[in-house]
Amino acid sequence: MDLNKRHWLRRALNLVLAATSLAGAGSALAQANFIVMASTTSTEQSGLFAHLLPVFKAATGTEVRVVALGTGQALDMGRRGDADIVFVHDQTAEQKFVADGWGLKRLPVMYNDFVLIGPAADPAKTRGKDITVALQKVAAAGAPFISRGDKSGTHAAELRYWKAAGTDIAAAKPAGETPNAGRPAGYKECGCGMGPALNIASSTGAYVLADRGTWLNFKNRGDLAVLVEGDTRLFNQYGVMVVNPARHPHVKRALAQGFADWVVSPAGQAAIASYKIGGEPLFFPNAGQ
Amino acid sequence: MDAFTQSFGLALSLIAQADATLWHIVGLSLRVSGTACALGAGIGLLLGAWLAVARFRGQAVVVGALNTLLALPSVVVGLMVYLLLSRTGPLGSWGILFTPTAMVIAQSILVVPLIAALARQLVVDALREGGDELAAMGAGRLLSALLLLAHERLAVLTVLLTAFGRAVAEVGAVMIVGGNIDGVTRVMTTAIALETSKGDLPLALALGLLLLGVVALINLAVGLTQRRGAAGPRLAGGLAG
Amino acid sequence: MSRAPTLTVLPAAVRAPLISLQRAGVHYGAQVALREITLQIHRGDRIALVGANGAGKTTLLRLLNGLQAPSSGQRALCPVDGAPGGRAPVSAMLFQRPFLLHFSVRRNLQLALWLAGVPATERAHRLQGALQRVGLQAMADRPARSLSGGQQQRLALARAWGVQPDILFLDEPTASLDPSARREVETLIDEFGHAGMALVMSTHNLGQAKRLASRVLYLDAGRLLVDLPVDDFFNRTDLPPEAAQFLKGELPWT
Repeated sequence: MDLNKRHWLRRALNLVLAATSLAGAGSALAQANFIVMASTTSTEQSGLFAHLLPVFKAATGTEVRVVALGTGQALDMGRRGDADIVFVHDQTAEQKFVADGWGLKRLPVMYNDFVLIGPAADPAKTRGKDITVALQKVAAAGAPFISRGDKSGTHAAELRYWKAAGTDIAAAKPAGETPNAGRPAGYKECGCGMGPALNIASSTGAYVLADRGTWLNFKNRGDLAVLVEGDTRLFNQYGVMVVNPARHPHVKRALAQGFADWVVSPAGQAAIASYKIGGEPLFFPNAGQ
Repeated sequence: MDAFTQSFGLALSLIAQADATLWHIVGLSLRVSGTACALGAGIGLLLGAWLAVARFRGQAVVVGALNTLLALPSVVVGLMVYLLLSRTGPLGSWGILFTPTAMVIAQSILVVPLIAALARQLVVDALREGGDELAAMGAGRLLSALLLLAHERLAVLTVLLTAFGRAVAEVGAVMIVGGNIDGVTRVMTTAIALETSKGDLPLALALGLLLLGVVALINLAVGLTQRRGAAGPRLAGGLAG
Repeated sequence: MSRAPTLTVLPAAVRAPLISLQRAGVHYGAQVALREITLQIHRGDRIALVGANGAGKTTLLRLLNGLQAPSSGQRALCPVDGAPGGRAPVSAMLFQRPFLLHFSVRRNLQLALWLAGVPATERAHRLQGALQRVGLQAMADRPARSLSGGQQQRLALARAWGVQPDILFLDEPTASLDPSARREVETLIDEFGHAGMALVMSTHNLGQAKRLASRVLYLDAGRLLVDLPVDDFFNRTDLPPEAAQFLKGELPWT
């Protein structure tokens, strides 16, 4: 009787799996020729992947399935083995990822830049080319500032700029004290992606640090404008890493390496450079540099 | 108000253009949620029927727990299923994370408590009317419960439509276990979430209107079938006097 | 009937009963519905169960039919024909308002036959026979719930007929019917009795009891006070006071 029950359970389970698979039949499950890439929301929302990945697929036949999260979550996904390859923009975190043995070699791919966005009227008088000075003015004026607060690459960069400007945001929140102790008066964290942060800034007239890609694609600008750009410290470097098959044997190493090699090759780099919005390129390929 | 009129016009033009990507997204939404409801119905109706007639210690506790699960947030379900299906999780070797299969599983878990709790109540109420008579005819408790579900099939249909609504409208679970992958696991709700976070609010609203429109069509079709089923007896009743 | 009946074989001297209650009682917590009922139902019995509302008529019917377990005392099923190896009695029950499923008349009948364990080969034949017996052939494919009150009760009788029960229990079967429907149903019940079914019927209608019954049981506050042949019940002068009062129609409302 016990054996029969197990047999029926397994049959039922197979039936269930088959039924649930039918839901996606034809589109995705048919082919195993794909890799899962963990990347960031800002990269996806910039539209780069919609431009780049079809070129890669045409060249190699491999489909790249992008799951877009914050940088921290993307790296976590790599650590869990739920992705075959990771493509993010936080050099320190990436180097740690490789040093801890989760990823194979880190390859620099491209960079884009951050810009300081704020109300066109610019009450804190931040307009200029120096991010550090601008942030100091925001703090001094007590102007509203939106931080993503989500462990993303953008968030990490923002914290670095604040530190350079004299305010250590991360340290300015001792345990148990009110959330804004030691922080600039108008500083608020939303724990959200770039788009939602821009939405909030747009409706509340706040300053926000954004990547140029998301900004160029953003449609709900209100009276927001670019106030600080061109500071070399605002450049944002992207790196790609294949997840280490020694840690996760199921990783599709060959296919993932195929993407990593292609994106730093002349063909891949040219594809990146050719992605433009309104005639402006968003990303600047710099592999091998 | 301007955003709404803009969205409405946008929704109509999206339908007119018959964009292939869009229809793929709509189709996937319907397939995932439809399959989840079918699966959820199989499990939930049986569970509800059984709970209506089962007698065991702690039965009240189980029913209370079931009713509590009605408030299960979709994002929590998504998280739990993600942890199960992640490569570092117990079922990682199945390799179905970030596929529609995972989405179906998550949404099934979401709707089973709903279907079971409502079915249980249906059966309990119907048993009051016909439980004795079915028992007198020789039906065991569980069989009576199942017969009563067949008897109250119109009410059961409403329960299933409710479950479908819950599934097709949720975004938390499918976002986490599906990953919103373009062309693979992007459904209406995750597409709306994406467009919203990109700041393209009119498009997001338009997609929302489209989703409502599709569900309205389904409800219309079901309503017509119900009306046809109900019209028969009413006509006959008039003649029989 | 209970699904796994234990059969009790009584000595041959006693006319073989079908169901026997020995000092059976039913109580729900502190509330006593029936007390110390000793009673036997035999083949050919036509019993009318009378008494005020709340006297326990419905509970007694459910106890006899096995829908309710006795809280005290015994309920025993006896093998049909009295022989030790005989089969258990088959019963059917009619309720005041028959519960019909949202299906056709035919489907409802098929379901009843299936539930009673009638083999598939026989079902069609019995179904036709049952429909003819109660005169509902024309309605076979109509939704059962669209039938009139009297027709629905006739369908319930058809369900019972199809099962070929040894005993038919009826709980105020005509209480909700208009006079002409009541007459139709009474006629059918009478014919079922003549066909060999034992009848146990609760009723408020004393005229109905006189017309259909051969034996009358009077219940008062859960006790079986009177168990007499029908003529004796209606004509004797030495009935217990509660029964006499009931007959005079002076029973206070409960």
